[in-house]
Amino acid sequence: MRQAIFETRYGPDWRRFEAWLDRHEKLARRDPAQPDADALPDAEVPRAYRHVCQHLALARDREYSPDIVDRLNRLALRGHHLLYGARGSRGVRALEFLVAGFPRLVRAERALVIAAACLFFGPLILLLAALQSYPDFVYYLMPPEALAQFQEMYNPGNKRHGMRDADDNVAMFGFYIWNNVKIGFQTFASGIAFGLGSIFYLVSNGVLIGATAGYITQVGYGTPFWSFVSGHSAMELVAIVISGAAGLRLGGALVAPGQRSRKAALVAAAQPAVRLMYGAAGMFLIAAFIEAFWSPLTAFPPLTKYGVGAILWGVVLGYFLFGGRGRAA
Amino acid sequence: MLDTARRIATPEGIELALRLAGPIPRALAWVVDFLLRLAILGLLAMVLGALGGFGKGLFFLAWFFLEWLFPAWCEVNWGGATPGKKALNLIVLHDDGTPVRWPAALARNLLRAVDFLPLFYCFGLAAMLMNREFKRLGDLAAGTIVVYTEHKPRGFAIPAAPPLAPPVALTLAEQRAILDFAERTPGLTEERAAELASIPHGLVGSLEGRAATERLVRIANFLVGRR
Repeated sequence: MRQAIFETRYGPDWRRFEAWLDRHEKLARRDPAQPDADALPDAEVPRAYRHVCQHLALARDREYSPDIVDRLNRLALRGHHLLYGARGSRGVRALEFLVAGFPRLVRAERALVIAAACLFFGPLILLLAALQSYPDFVYYLMPPEALAQFQEMYNPGNKRHGMRDADDNVAMFGFYIWNNVKIGFQTFASGIAFGLGSIFYLVSNGVLIGATAGYITQVGYGTPFWSFVSGHSAMELVAIVISGAAGLRLGGALVAPGQRSRKAALVAAAQPAVRLMYGAAGMFLIAAFIEAFWSPLTAFPPLTKYGVGAILWGVVLGYFLFGGRGRAA
Repeated sequence: MLDTARRIATPEGIELALRLAGPIPRALAWVVDFLLRLAILGLLAMVLGALGGFGKGLFFLAWFFLEWLFPAWCEVNWGGATPGKKALNLIVLHDDGTPVRWPAALARNLLRAVDFLPLFYCFGLAAMLMNREFKRLGDLAAGTIVVYTEHKPRGFAIPAAPPLAPPVALTLAEQRAILDFAERTPGLTEERAAELASIPHGLVGSLEGRAATERLVRIANFLVGRR
């Protein structure tokens, strides 16, 4: 069949399909246009799309002019985008993930989560203990100005814990989100360097937190410090560990790709890793909220705050140990 | 072909051609996004600065969302492109050519932090130059590509002329070359068209200049089947 005949015969079909695409792409932008009488009904669209695909294949095979091949390629591409685009009820899937998917995923990756926890809590606990006996060691780790600042933040005379008197709760909330979630994201992303970046961030954050906690406790400001951190510690520390585990998942795919090519293994690992980061980001959000609005309060006795902290640790650990076990997948 | 085209196979058994975007347009898109972010944050700083601590909190929140989540949100819900990519006619797609979804969009935007290292996207650029599809590390992990959105039709049509059968049988590739040439004549200078038209001796004989061009256009009209 000659090109001109081909074009005359099928041109109207292409134009109808194109009109449908125009209308539908507008619809996606919440700007519906009224379809006219001879418009392509939605039910006919898959068939019309397959016809366009067939015509594209024919036009290429018969070496029709580039103009018509390009036009058909563009039509098929637009149809492909619309027909294979993202669909589905995101709300239900988000709830499902929250209730069952996230704890299941963390359990499925438990080897990495435990490794990340050791890398983070190991130096933290070690330093916390060591600084009680060898307080001067802290000066190898942190500059004196930072220590002075911490000392000011946790001064027992403060009206609120963990912040200078001039700071505002909402301002601190914004800052905690901006800063803590960023640290979480960096811990995750740097894992692509064969896991080394995640290991670095986990260990260095463990050292930093352990040194601060050890120093503050040793100088005798323990009560305000621990009643400040106990509330949000569960959410925040576990979220860092999970971010690190997600980063190790990326790096692990490059170090030991198994039966796949390194590139394919990386793509496969990115899926669960990003899902871990959804959960970790949510935990950072809750932690920032607690840290800004509950942790600084001095109206409650330290024992109440320790109690709340212990309960939250119980909730977090219980969530990851038992969440999503009873339900069918 | 020397083009940086990527062909994707669809379930319908055909191949669609996508044109990959290289480092320069993507860097420009990033600059546009960066300036836009700077402008918005500058404006917010002025407005929210008047609100004291509350405004400061909102400012940090806005900063966080604009830096990490906004690009991913745009790529999922705004036709696969951030404002900068829109400006440069770029779009993010999965490797199989489907529109990008949340997991991939988030993965490529979080890994931006690594691509940026050690300074100004050195790792990202190195990664882009080391694979065939200009993928930075975030694209490699997320399984995404950045391509040009298709332009509007070039609008070149083969000029109408009385059809003329070619004096010798032509192969498909030769026919295609004639059609390609005829389609482009409106965009060429007359001299260049004539120079090209005088190459196939078997078709134009001793004709030269405008006459040779017209002869090929007439043959092209015959080849597409005009009567």
